[in-house]
Parts: sequence; structure tokens; C-alpha cells
Amino acid sequence: MGSRSSHAARIPDVDSIRRETGFSQASLLRLYHRFQALDRNEKGYLSRMDLQQIGALAVNPLGDRIIESFFPDGSMRVDFPGFVRVLAHFRPVDDEDEGNRDPKEPEPLNSRMNKLRFAFQLYDLDRDGKISRLEMLQVLRLMVGVQVTEEQLESIADRTVQEADEDGDGAVSFLEFAKSLEKMNIEQKMSIRILK
Amino acid sequence: MGFQRLVPFGPWNWLLLLVALKCSAASSDLNESTNSSTRHELNARFAAASSEPAMTVSVFALDYDYVQIPYEVTLWILLASLAKIGFHLYHRLPGLMPESCLLIIVGVLVGAIIFGTDHKSPPVMDSSIYFLYLLPPMVLEGGYFMPTRPFFENIGSILWWAGLGALINAFGIGLSLYLVCQVEAFGLGDVNLLQNLLFGSLISSVDPVAVLAVFEEARVNEQLYMMIFGEALLNDGISVVLYNILIAFTKMHKFEDIEPVDILAGCARFIFVGLGGVFFGVIFGFISAFITRFTQNISAIEPLIVFMFSYLSYLVAETLYLSGILAITACAVTMKKYVEENVSQTSYTTIKYFMKMLSSVSETLIFIFMGVSTVGKNHEWHWAFICFTLAFCQIWRAISVFTLFYVSNQFRTFPFSIKDQCIIFYSGVRGAGSFSLAFLLPLSLFPRKKMFVTATLVVIYFTLFIQGITIGPLVRYLDVRKTNKKESINEELHTRLMDHLKAGIEDVCGQWSHNQVRDKFKKFDHRYLRKILIRKNLPKSSIVSLYKKLEMKQAIEMVETGVLSSTALSVLHQAQRTQESKRLSPEDVESMRDFLTRNMYQVRQRTLSYNKYNLKPQTSEKQAKEILIRRQNTLRESMRKGHSLPWGTPAGTKNIRYLSFPYSNPQPTRREVRVAEFTDNEGSDSELPPVTFSTRSRRGWRKETRDTIPMKSLHRGGKPPNFGYQRNMSPEEPVGGSRRAVCRPKPLFHVVDEEYESGEESEEEAPATGSRWSSEHGPSRDHHRSHSPLLRRK
Repeated sequence: MGSRSSHAARIPDVDSIRRETGFSQASLLRLYHRFQALDRNEKGYLSRMDLQQIGALAVNPLGDRIIESFFPDGSMRVDFPGFVRVLAHFRPVDDEDEGNRDPKEPEPLNSRMNKLRFAFQLYDLDRDGKISRLEMLQVLRLMVGVQVTEEQLESIADRTVQEADEDGDGAVSFLEFAKSLEKMNIEQKMSIRILK
Repeated sequence: MGFQRLVPFGPWNWLLLLVALKCSAASSDLNESTNSSTRHELNARFAAASSEPAMTVSVFALDYDYVQIPYEVTLWILLASLAKIGFHLYHRLPGLMPESCLLIIVGVLVGAIIFGTDHKSPPVMDSSIYFLYLLPPMVLEGGYFMPTRPFFENIGSILWWAGLGALINAFGIGLSLYLVCQVEAFGLGDVNLLQNLLFGSLISSVDPVAVLAVFEEARVNEQLYMMIFGEALLNDGISVVLYNILIAFTKMHKFEDIEPVDILAGCARFIFVGLGGVFFGVIFGFISAFITRFTQNISAIEPLIVFMFSYLSYLVAETLYLSGILAITACAVTMKKYVEENVSQTSYTTIKYFMKMLSSVSETLIFIFMGVSTVGKNHEWHWAFICFTLAFCQIWRAISVFTLFYVSNQFRTFPFSIKDQCIIFYSGVRGAGSFSLAFLLPLSLFPRKKMFVTATLVVIYFTLFIQGITIGPLVRYLDVRKTNKKESINEELHTRLMDHLKAGIEDVCGQWSHNQVRDKFKKFDHRYLRKILIRKNLPKSSIVSLYKKLEMKQAIEMVETGVLSSTALSVLHQAQRTQESKRLSPEDVESMRDFLTRNMYQVRQRTLSYNKYNLKPQTSEKQAKEILIRRQNTLRESMRKGHSLPWGTPAGTKNIRYLSFPYSNPQPTRREVRVAEFTDNEGSDSELPPVTFSTRSRRGWRKETRDTIPMKSLHRGGKPPNFGYQRNMSPEEPVGGSRRAVCRPKPLFHVVDEEYESGEESEEEAPATGSRWSSEHGPSRDHHRSHSPLLRRK
């Protein structure tokens, strides 16, 4: 094979996707090829299985959660616009975008807040808008080697929640989360260079 | 550096030094009387033995001359190895200075001893030994470990930079020095243009890979890495070609007789030599790949074939006055792809390690010899020449970097930033190559050879020590904008999470190559080359059972050491902690943060990681295994409970801490989950069906249909579906390594259908892992089929 047409017109709804995500034509094309490459049976959408076949994700401690994040609201399939929408969060922030932005339009997907929201949802699985202590503990467990004991993990989780929690409800809301990361260069950390 | 840290290898080192001293003292006594020709002594020894019978049979005698040369060489190498052990014991040291510095220090030490005891150093370095024995392993290693995909993606920039950069540097430095020599005040009038040009060509030979280890943790981007690597690879070859051409010029003509025709001939010769070398290298690469196709029954000679053919390519190219270095490089690059698939696992490991060992020995010897020749009487220190050389090296490198990259940035999709260019400029560290070329200058043509050697040594010392040590901090300074040392635990955790997230999303995006030529080559490769060069049936290697054994062992270890306890669960179920969290002191926080940093999983390195002196340790593989085992445990637990979802109700499982996905997800929607089960033949999980595995066979280009049955239809019976997967993981070895382990597990039943993509995905998946999961057909019938091959295999 390999005779895929490189005509952008083959992508359905390409203009609305472009407006929504801000990707360039060339990037969208490449993403579309990637989408088709991942879609083994040419179903037109991706299932979890397709994403699980990316080998590198299996050895990523957050692999499962990353795959989950492609399927918002528990759906079983993700189509190309949904795929691109997730990846749009990782577009590098363009300074010119900020200047020309129409304030009435919704925030672009790769804004700092939206990036933070994306990261937040990796923690907050039950989507209640807060990271409970339990959820923090779960994430910690994922990210830490097996040699760490339970007590150590719990104290770290305690400390983490305690540091960020300002209103004392024992959980970290999104705003508290964003505030704890205010000194961090999120725009650089959560940007992938090739996704221009 | 911590002096107390030197103690661990101190005693051994002193012991060795003592021994060396003793022997050199002893031999210097012996040498006083005899001639320095070993052969003469050898003959004399035998002659004495045969002609005059000794008066008494000596019970104990010392014959040092017989073993002197190999003995001292071995001692040198051993000394350097001990020093390296000590170097790496103090774990911060490799990040501070390049290992070459260490070798030079050892060399200076040995040189001081030799000089002090007035001993004659063994003739390690003469022209034929260097070019025939010491140089090829180093070049071979560079070519073999080069990651091919990024290399060829950036090949335009690399050729442009390495080729033109070397030429600009060589001629620039040569001409500027010539102009300096013309100035009467310096007394260098006898150094003519050709000699200057030759000096320029040899001093421009850089070895930037030596500093790579120093800033490796800064995670420079892949393009930058490739630039540095590619430059190191090609630079040696180009310098030597230039060197030889200029030597030929020096021999053939007086300066005045050189005409433009000769210069043109020189240029043509340059191109011819380079391309011819590459051509021969490629031919030999294909031949050796072809031969390894047939070696399955005698896998012990596979490393031999690899090495001999590479060496042969070098020699043949040298015979025809072509560039042997480029030949051996091209041979290594060509051969690697096919050989890796053909040879057995053990041969592959042997090849890798042996290659590293050989090149390490060569380099060690050269550096020690360099240290030895530093301490000596044959130097000519000429202030002006040396200072100007140093200055011009830096100036011309800066000029070449910034102009060449400015031009090539216009054509690149991802241009190099100024930061990157600064790093490239600063990594212009000279190494063994320039010293060797300087040392081997023929004295007859270069009456002022000593001055050249001294100048070369100064440049090497300067660049290696000063630039080598400061490049680490420089890179870190350029890379990290705000070194926020006092990070809170929150930030620590969240940054690591984001790094993992970013790495994961990068993997989802895959690699983007937009190269028509490459696609065409891949098509050609798949259609013709692979059929010829790759073995027909990959042998049923034991890698699969080896993997299973390893994983089981790991799981056992995890259980035994990782405390699979139910007490943890009870603590966990106190979800709402009644006791108030205590206020922690700042030191506690600090130590907690350090603890967290140390124990969190490392982010998967997507960029290449190459260390000239060492093969990567296995810690990252261990981490990957842990993660994979956890996920398998997750899914296995879910299967045990009869859930199709790992995130159903928890039901008090034991190994909750090993699960990669929590149980308390309140959205139990049915999903197509690919259940992974893993059993070994010992039947420890006897209630679960055995594993069948299939990989994405890279040869499976035939369009066989693969049946994928979504989970839903199989859940009708409610019994655990009996398919499984085998995941082969071979994460972050250098790309070759991962491809290696990838192709091992043979497909049992289906060759997974692989639609041949236009070049995008097969390369990318392979570096990570190449195997896929596939579900087998449904229930029992195929069950039996799946049982037996597995058992048979065992």
C-alpha cells in the first residue's frame, strides 16, 4: 500500500477541526495519517485496543490513563476530530495566537488552563472536580517503584494534598491544582514540538 | 572531587603502581646493557640457550624482556580499567567530566613513572599499528551504534555540517596559521602552506561524542544528538582523507610546483575516495548480512563474521587508497539492520559487548600513550603558534557552526535554535584522532614536528578539560530556564506526571517522517532486500521462554520483597483518615521530596542515549518490567473476579498496590478491553488459559486477515475469555537493541496482518516494542491448538 492520498480534502470536516484546534494543514494531514495507521481495521475510529497497541504506552506508568483520556465520557470510540482534540492540548503555545485572539471565542485548546485541565483529569478519575486523597495516592502508586512501602506513600500523599489544599476540604480542586503549579512552565512542559 | 571516594580503588591502584615501578626499575637495569631491539634479545636468548649450556640450572630466573611489550600494554589497559571503576564509583563524577579526561590523567601518571624511571615506553604507536589495529575498532563502534532512522532523516544536515564543517575548519585554520607564520616576528617562516594546511586538517578532527555523557541528563533533543553523533562519525573519515591527500601533495611536489590542476585533482580525489569507501562498505555489509542468513546452526561464529567482514571492508578500501574509515562505517550501518535479525540473541549481545570492548581498548591505549608522550623531553613550546592555534580553532569552529547552520536552517522543518548551535560549537572537543595524526607526521617532511605535536596536545588538553568540564553546566544552564531548586512536593509529582504524559502523547503521535526517498527505500528494502538477506524461518529461539522465566522470577521477587500484604489493604480502606495530618518540618519535606524524586519511575527516554564507554545498564528495563507486571496483575485480577473491567468494584483484592488502574471508578461502562493473561507452563495459574502470542512480524507483509473479536461477543458465556497476549518489551536500549528483542517472539498462529504503511509507523513502533496483541479465536477449539505448540515449544 502506501498509496494514501495526501489530499487534505479526504479529511472530513477539516475546516472546523482546524478552527477548533488550531493545527496547520500539514500537521492535520500527518495526524490523519497517524490516525489511519493506528486504526488497524480501517473502522474509521479508534478503539482502546488500537491505542493499547502502541507499545511504548505499555511501559508508561500512566499508559492506561493516557489512553482513557482519549475517550471522554466513557465512550468506546474516538473519531478523528476527538483524536485531534486531545492532541491539540499539546500544541506549543504560539505567542501570536494570544495577541490575535478574539476574546469572545472560547479559549484555544492549548492554553495554559486547558493544558492544566487535561493534566487534572488524569488525576481526577471520578470527574468530581477534585483530587481526593485517595486519587492522589493512586497516582503516586503508579508512578513509584515497588520498593516504596505503603506508609511512605501515604505520608507523601497526605503531604501533597495538604500542601495544595487551601480551603481545607481534604481534596485538591482544580483551582488549587492550578495555583500549586503557578510557577511551573506548563506551556513548555506540556508541548510537543512536532505538533506545530 | 571527593578524596575519600578515591580510596576504594586506591589500594589496588597503588599496588599496581608499585608493581609497575618495580618492573620498570628491574627492566631498566636490564636495558642498560642490552640493545633495545627485542628481536635481537630474543634471538640472543635462544642462541644462548642452545649454544652454551648453562653452568647450573637456575631455579628462579627473571626474564622481563620477553614479555615486556605485551606486559606493559596489558598493565596500561588494566590500570585504565581500574581508574574507570573508581571513576564510576563516585556517581557524580561521570556527569562532571568526560571519561577521556580520566584516561589522560592515568596516561600522564604512567608517563611520569616511565619518565622517572628512564624507561623506554613500548612502541604502541606507530603508523601501521594505529591505522591497522587501533583505529578500525573505534570507527566500527561508532558506526554500529549509530541509530539509523534519525541519522537518515537528518542526513542532509549531517553531511552538510560534517563535510563542509571539516573542510572549512581545516582550511580556515591552516590558512590563518600560515598567515601568522608569515609574520617574521614569530620565527615560523619555515613552516610552509602545505604543512599548515595539514596541521589544520588534523587539528580539526573533533570527537564530540566524548562529551555526550556529560550532558546526557539534560535531554537534548534528538536532532541535536544526531548532529553531534553524525559529526563525530564522519569527521574522522574526512580528516584522514584530507590528511592523506595533503601528505601526498607534500611528498610529490615542491610548494612552487603546485598548479590549479593538482588542486582540482585533489578535490576530485577527495570525493572519489569518500564515495568509493562508502561503496565498498555497503557491498561488504550486504555480503556479511547474506552470510549470517545461513549461520543458524553455528551461531558461535556469527560475531566473527561480523567483525571480520567489517575489518575486511576497511582493509580492502585501504588497499585501493580509498577511505577505510568511511568503508567500515558504511559496512556497520548496512550490516546492522539485517544482521540483528539474523543472529541469535547471544551473538547479538556478544557483538555489542565485544565491539565496545575493542574500541574502549583502542581508545584507552591512545589516550594513555598521549599522556605518556606529554611527560617527556621531545616538545617544542612555541608560544605564538600554540596560542594562535587555540584561538583559531575556536574562532573557525564558531564561524563554521553559525554560518553552516544558518544556511541549513532555511531548509529544515525544525530549525536549530541558537542554543543548539551554541552547544554544538562548544562540543568541539578534540580527541584521540588529532593526536594520532599529529604523532604520525613523518619527520622527514615535517622538521618542526615537535612543535605540531605540542600544539596538538595543548589544544586537546584545553578542549577536553576545560570545555569538557564546563559543557555540562552550560547545557544545563541553557536548557533549564528556572532552576527551581526548592520545588514543593506537589510540583515534583506533577512535573513527573506531565513528563510521563508528554512522553505518552509523543508515542501516540509517533514519528513523523516526510521523506519520499526514505519511503521508496523502505519499499525496495521490503520487497527485495529482506527476502534475500533475512533468514527464512527465524529459529524458535528461547527468548520467549526466557522472557517468561524472567518475568516470573521478577513477579516472585516482587511478591517476596514488595510485601504483598493484606495489612496494606486495611490501612487503605480507612479512606477518610480520622487523624489530622501532622505538620511536617521543612527538613522532613525536603527529605520526602528527595525520596520521591529518587523513587519515581524515570520517564521513558525517547531521545537516543549513547555512551561511548559503556553499554546502558539495565535499570530502565527493570522499571519497564515492573510497570508491565503491574498492568498484567491489574488485568489478571479483574479476570479473576470475573469482571470484564479492571475498574469495577474492588472487592478487596490483595495486590491492589500493584494494579495500574484503580478500582473505584464509578463509571462501569462496558468497554472493549483487551484482556491480557499470562501463564507459564508450570501451570501456576492453571485456571487460566495459556498464553498465545503473536507479534507483529515485520515480515508479515502478506495480507492475511486477522480476526479480532471484540470482547463483547465473547462475554456471553461470562467465562473468562481465553486469549492473551504476549508483550515483549524492550524499551530503551539503543534502537538496534529494541528492534532486536522485538522480532524474537514468533507468531504462533497468525501472522498479524500488517498493512504496509507509507513509512510512518513500522519504524516507530519498533523502537518501543514491536509486538502486538491479538486475540485469538474464541473458545475451546483453538484452545487446544494453542495449548500444544506452547507445550511443545517448552
